[in-house]
Amino acid sequence: MKSSMSTLSIGAIIRGGSRMLAAAGFALLGSVAIAAGGAVKLDTFPTTKLTDQAALQNGAKLFMNYCLGCHGISQVRYNKLRELGLNEEQIKSNLILTSAKFGDPIMTTLNLKDAAEWFGKAPPDLSLTARSRSSHSGTGADWIYTYLRSYYLDPSRPTGWNNLTYPSVGMPHVLWELQGQNEAVFKTVKDHGQDVQVFDKFVQTSKGSLSTADYDNTIADLTAFLAWVAEPSAMARKQVGVWVLLFLAVFFLFAWRLNAAYWKDIK
Amino acid sequence: MAAEKVVQASGLLGWVDRRFPLISLYKGHLSEYYAPKNFNFFYFFGSLAMLVLVLQIVTGIFLVMHYKPDASLNAAGIPVAFASVEYIMREVPFGWVIRYMHSTGASAFFVVVFLHMFRGLIYGSYREPRELIWIFGCLIFLCLMAEAFFGYLLPWGQMSFWGAQVIVNLFAAVPLIGPDLAVWIRGDFVVGDATLNRFFAFHVIAIPLVLLGLVAAHIIALHEVGSNNPDGVEIKAKKDNNGIPLDGIPFHPYYTVHDVVGIAGFALIFFAVVFFMPEGGGYFLEFNNFIPADPLVTPSHIAPVWYFTPYYSMLRATTDIFTWVMVASAAIAAGYFWVKQQGLLKVGGAVAMIVLAVAFRVFDAKFWGVVVMGGAVIIMFFLPWLDKSPVKSIRQRPGWQKWLYGVFVVNFFVLGYLGVMPPTTAGTIVSQVGTVFYFGFFLLMPVWTRMGDYKPVPERVSFQAH
Repeated sequence: MKSSMSTLSIGAIIRGGSRMLAAAGFALLGSVAIAAGGAVKLDTFPTTKLTDQAALQNGAKLFMNYCLGCHGISQVRYNKLRELGLNEEQIKSNLILTSAKFGDPIMTTLNLKDAAEWFGKAPPDLSLTARSRSSHSGTGADWIYTYLRSYYLDPSRPTGWNNLTYPSVGMPHVLWELQGQNEAVFKTVKDHGQDVQVFDKFVQTSKGSLSTADYDNTIADLTAFLAWVAEPSAMARKQVGVWVLLFLAVFFLFAWRLNAAYWKDIK
Repeated sequence: MAAEKVVQASGLLGWVDRRFPLISLYKGHLSEYYAPKNFNFFYFFGSLAMLVLVLQIVTGIFLVMHYKPDASLNAAGIPVAFASVEYIMREVPFGWVIRYMHSTGASAFFVVVFLHMFRGLIYGSYREPRELIWIFGCLIFLCLMAEAFFGYLLPWGQMSFWGAQVIVNLFAAVPLIGPDLAVWIRGDFVVGDATLNRFFAFHVIAIPLVLLGLVAAHIIALHEVGSNNPDGVEIKAKKDNNGIPLDGIPFHPYYTVHDVVGIAGFALIFFAVVFFMPEGGGYFLEFNNFIPADPLVTPSHIAPVWYFTPYYSMLRATTDIFTWVMVASAAIAAGYFWVKQQGLLKVGGAVAMIVLAVAFRVFDAKFWGVVVMGGAVIIMFFLPWLDKSPVKSIRQRPGWQKWLYGVFVVNFFVLGYLGVMPPTTAGTIVSQVGTVFYFGFFLLMPVWTRMGDYKPVPERVSFQAH
């Protein structure tokens, strides 16, 4: 591990993982048996959060405090957060934690080149993750919601953490202080005559500051915020859509009857 | 019949009409252009295709006001082209509507055009004297595929980039000139900024101009001979004392009003998608394309957009082993020429088929895959001359031929489905069978359309008054 990590929070996260082995160690627990192409079973994100303004505002707060250190959401400007029911003063004093101006895009201050050296890959911009992670297993929001709740201790990884939804991820468990620490229990199953390690369950080895239910709720808020970030116009789209389709239904009715009136002449 | 311009229009209309054939154009193409009265549901798709073309052009104009074809990275490390699309989605007022209409329109264009072509296929609208309409149509289809391919690179997502990389690399399979050809197309050794800018020029200016010209030619050729109809009856054969076809009705107002119903129905479905499922389950806006293009990260599964997948299936089906199937087909064709033909065609045909059989093994299967994929589209140009049946329309064909058309449709869907999926051993075999059926359907048409008992073509169209 390169030693030039400047922020305290990252160091704390790494220490929060259990003892680190040298990088030469490889996964002791074996690979989780997942379907070909990496189709993992995803939990369902509670979509009611998407219309809950308090949840979205909480998600924005969580993002700025826990995520912006490494991940930008550069396709959104700070002033767009007004759509979450906040005014300029509230945004400036509570959500702008860098030297950015109110009209600036929400960028991380992490140097991406350094980050690529430290983590193996630069932390990606999360503006569209809730759309790009969609698959036949679930929506991108489902993916994010599951991902942030499926970290477990893994001494073979450089960060000390591994993730069921994104095996061998370079990102440590940023929210471990809230969730606590989990270990993953695997069981041996026969698959096509072979012995295969399959995930069984998580076992909590130390408590966090939030209960499981509260942590899930917190992650739901954060996920809702990221889903909003991926497509801020989603709600407007559906609202306008209802009126458009209503109009078109009436228009179709008139067009159909007008056509019938003309074609009565044709024998 | 003698047309005398006895009554001149007055006012502004008269002023224009004395300088521009406005009234005669109106009469010739609308109010006195006679179309068969028995058009059915399949006859909506021509006007819908024109509607979608206009829609794509208008939404395209608004998109180009804000889109930037620049592959370099901005301050946040996102490619400028990708970021400009997100700018349209988020910061241009109602930019998201324009974007979704354009992306849904691209898929809608192919749905409409496939149905339009299918109508031509089943009713024999490509038969004499309408061969040229059909040829213009095939050229339009080719241009449409090129337009979609060039347009898909522009958002500069992962699928855009890697799809273009794969398809342009196919041209490198051309013998001798391949690699240089691929560099010439790309403007660089890999897909990059040079490629993005030239694809932008093709997508926005070159191909739309060609498309507009071809569509005009397509309609002019149609109006010269008049439309076919589901019964395959030539309505101009029976005219009344005024020279008006007995089964014909003026296009305006009967079909202009009729087509408005088609447009309303289409709009209901189209805007339901635009407003409620613009991603189309990942088929209209592919999930992977929400990740900016990264030349260093190859997606685990690169597939073309759904409307190219039947042809992509045929490309993937052309493996080294499959070239033996092609050799066998060429050998059988050589045998046919030698036994069934006389003189020059006997010798020339047999020799040509044997040369082809050898070529199938000399050149790489990769090259023949490209040829098969392109051939699947090119073969449609020859349809007017492959179909030797005594009737135009499927309505008079023997029952087993109707089943054959049904199998053709199912086969096309199966090929499409397999093209979406990653390749598997079973899937490859099915695609190979499907490819053989597809080409057999067309190439053997001169044989199977001469078989069977056909019903007589009716004198008048079948029409229920309503």
